[in-house]
Amino acid sequence: MRVMVDLARCQSYGQCVFAAPEIFEISGREVLEYDSAPSDEWRLHLERARAACPVQAITIGPAAGPGKDDGQPSTVRPAADSMGVLR
Amino acid sequence: MSGHPGNRGEHVVGEHVVIVGASLTGLHAAEALRGGGFAGRVTLVGAEPHPPYDRPSLSKRVLAGRMSADSTGLPQRQDLDAHWRLGNAAVALDRDTKTLTLDDGTALGFDKLLIATGTRARRWPDTAEAALTGVLSIRTRDDALELQARLAARPRRVLVIGAGFVGSEVASVCRELDLDVTVVERSAAPLAGALGQWAGAAAGRLQRGHGVDLRTETSVLALEGDADGRLRRVRLSDGDVLDVDVAVVALGAVRNVEWLAGSGLAIDARGVQCDPFCRAVDTDGRPCDDILVAGDVACWPHPLYEGLLAVEHWDNAVRQARVAATTILHGAVRAHTALPTFWSNQFGVNIKVVGVPGRADQVAVLQGSVERAAFVAAYGRGGRIIGALAVNTPRALDAYAEMISSRMSFPPDLNAADAPDPIRVLDLAVPAAG
Ligand SMILES: Cc1cc2nc3c(=O)[nH]c(=O)nc-3n(C[C@H](O)[C@H](O)[C@H](O)COP(=O)(O)OP(=O)(O)OC[C@H]3O[C@@H](n4cnc5c(N)ncnc54)[C@H](O)[C@@H]3O)c2cc1C
Ligand code: SF4
Repeated sequence: MRVMVDLARCQSYGQCVFAAPEIFEISGREVLEYDSAPSDEWRLHLERARAACPVQAITIGPAAGPGKDDGQPSTVRPAADSMGVLR
Repeated sequence: MSGHPGNRGEHVVGEHVVIVGASLTGLHAAEALRGGGFAGRVTLVGAEPHPPYDRPSLSKRVLAGRMSADSTGLPQRQDLDAHWRLGNAAVALDRDTKTLTLDDGTALGFDKLLIATGTRARRWPDTAEAALTGVLSIRTRDDALELQARLAARPRRVLVIGAGFVGSEVASVCRELDLDVTVVERSAAPLAGALGQWAGAAAGRLQRGHGVDLRTETSVLALEGDADGRLRRVRLSDGDVLDVDVAVVALGAVRNVEWLAGSGLAIDARGVQCDPFCRAVDTDGRPCDDILVAGDVACWPHPLYEGLLAVEHWDNAVRQARVAATTILHGAVRAHTALPTFWSNQFGVNIKVVGVPGRADQVAVLQGSVERAAFVAAYGRGGRIIGALAVNTPRALDAYAEMISSRMSFPPDLNAADAPDPIRVLDLAVPAAG
């Protein structure tokens, strides 16, 4: 599980810190810091933090990138045309 | 010549969008395509072996050793059903046949192409000196890991060359780790290019207050190594020779556009030119419907600013990626007019910037106090507000964004409760429009 905070939008309100203190903290006066790869046990707290953020700055999801099955032929894999160009 | 795959057999389902550059922009464009209902094929081509990761944390928490490089991987909001070609760089674009060539010789055809190749760190110009062990820059995960390890080994002194945002953040981490650090900056103040002389001077006081040996109007004459090719010393223009084991070259970024040579697109040092809908513009000034540009590699016209804008901002990458996806899905219906927005954290201070302060001819503190390190400064050009800087006052900035968007006159009349009395307007050296 990965977390990303849009820090351009974040206003350091700290609602996320109340909802998930294991993951978010305000360091210094106004600097939000967070654990971007928390363990799944905090999922509920995280969802609460995301919902509590007044500017919807929090994204949660699996790490982006090729899945386990990448490299296998799939509907999305380009195929070579008669010229050898992958289309 | 028909490059359209529609009738090329059973493998072909809908259009093929190829995104070159698998980082912040590439990921968000792919998400926006799928989020917008795109059912065709999406291929992400990325020169780095890593899936998309968060660069801003590299010069902050990763460098400080408080976050692993693995944890920088970005989340994805939904299943992208994409084909990833990581560790593969695009080396050529043929617009006539709508084909890319990759560095392993693969020919990759596309219906729509998104150019999202971002930037790389500008290298130290002397190649022999740049090759010394201990001379590093910080743009990628691998860079950050190497630099983090070197800082953890507690060098005698770290040299930072260039006091822009990245250089200043590196210096901040060095002080956090209680390492001696010298920052060498050719201009009169840190961050002056982006924020002007006045704010730069305040940033300089902040750095010195945290124990940084900041040397402005100074340049590096030579980096010197030992017999084993390890960095040992630096010779400065102020006459000093310092013992250093690590030098961080933070001289800004260079657009990754070389692979587009000969493509007929309009390209210069600011990047690949595009129109407000992210369509790449060719050398005759015509927008190409099938080739889009977004993120750090793009430069584009903005209704509020003269000439073209080119920024290296996280926020712009995300927003411009979404506009590019909209253009791919629906054509030129949604212009990219967002105000540039940027943040930085250094020396325990939250810095947020909106608009383009670097182009201002005047600045004034409108709220708070510089001495207490919590203030908002507004920037003007030609009598209207064009930018704002919020230090430890992130919640104040939205109001300034409104003023900038509505072209309010400068200095704006706010009557803020925490306004300094009197408000002093300072003149800045007028930079050239980009
Ligand atoms: C150390 C650091 C700190 C930062 N801190 C902040 C901050 O505090 N606030 C902020 O707003 N912004 C910050 N930024 C800027 C932000 O990270 C960028 O704006 C953002 O990464 C831009 O995303 P991008 O996808 O357009 O480009 P990039 O992230 O540069 O990605 C481009 C990708 O394309 C790949 N590529 C290049 N050429 C090719 C090719 N020919 N074929 C295939 N792939 C190719 C590259 O390898 C790279 O992975 C920081 C950047 C750095 C480096
Ligand atoms: S709740 Fe949202 S705005 Fe507030 S600190 Fe957390 S992420 Fe930032």
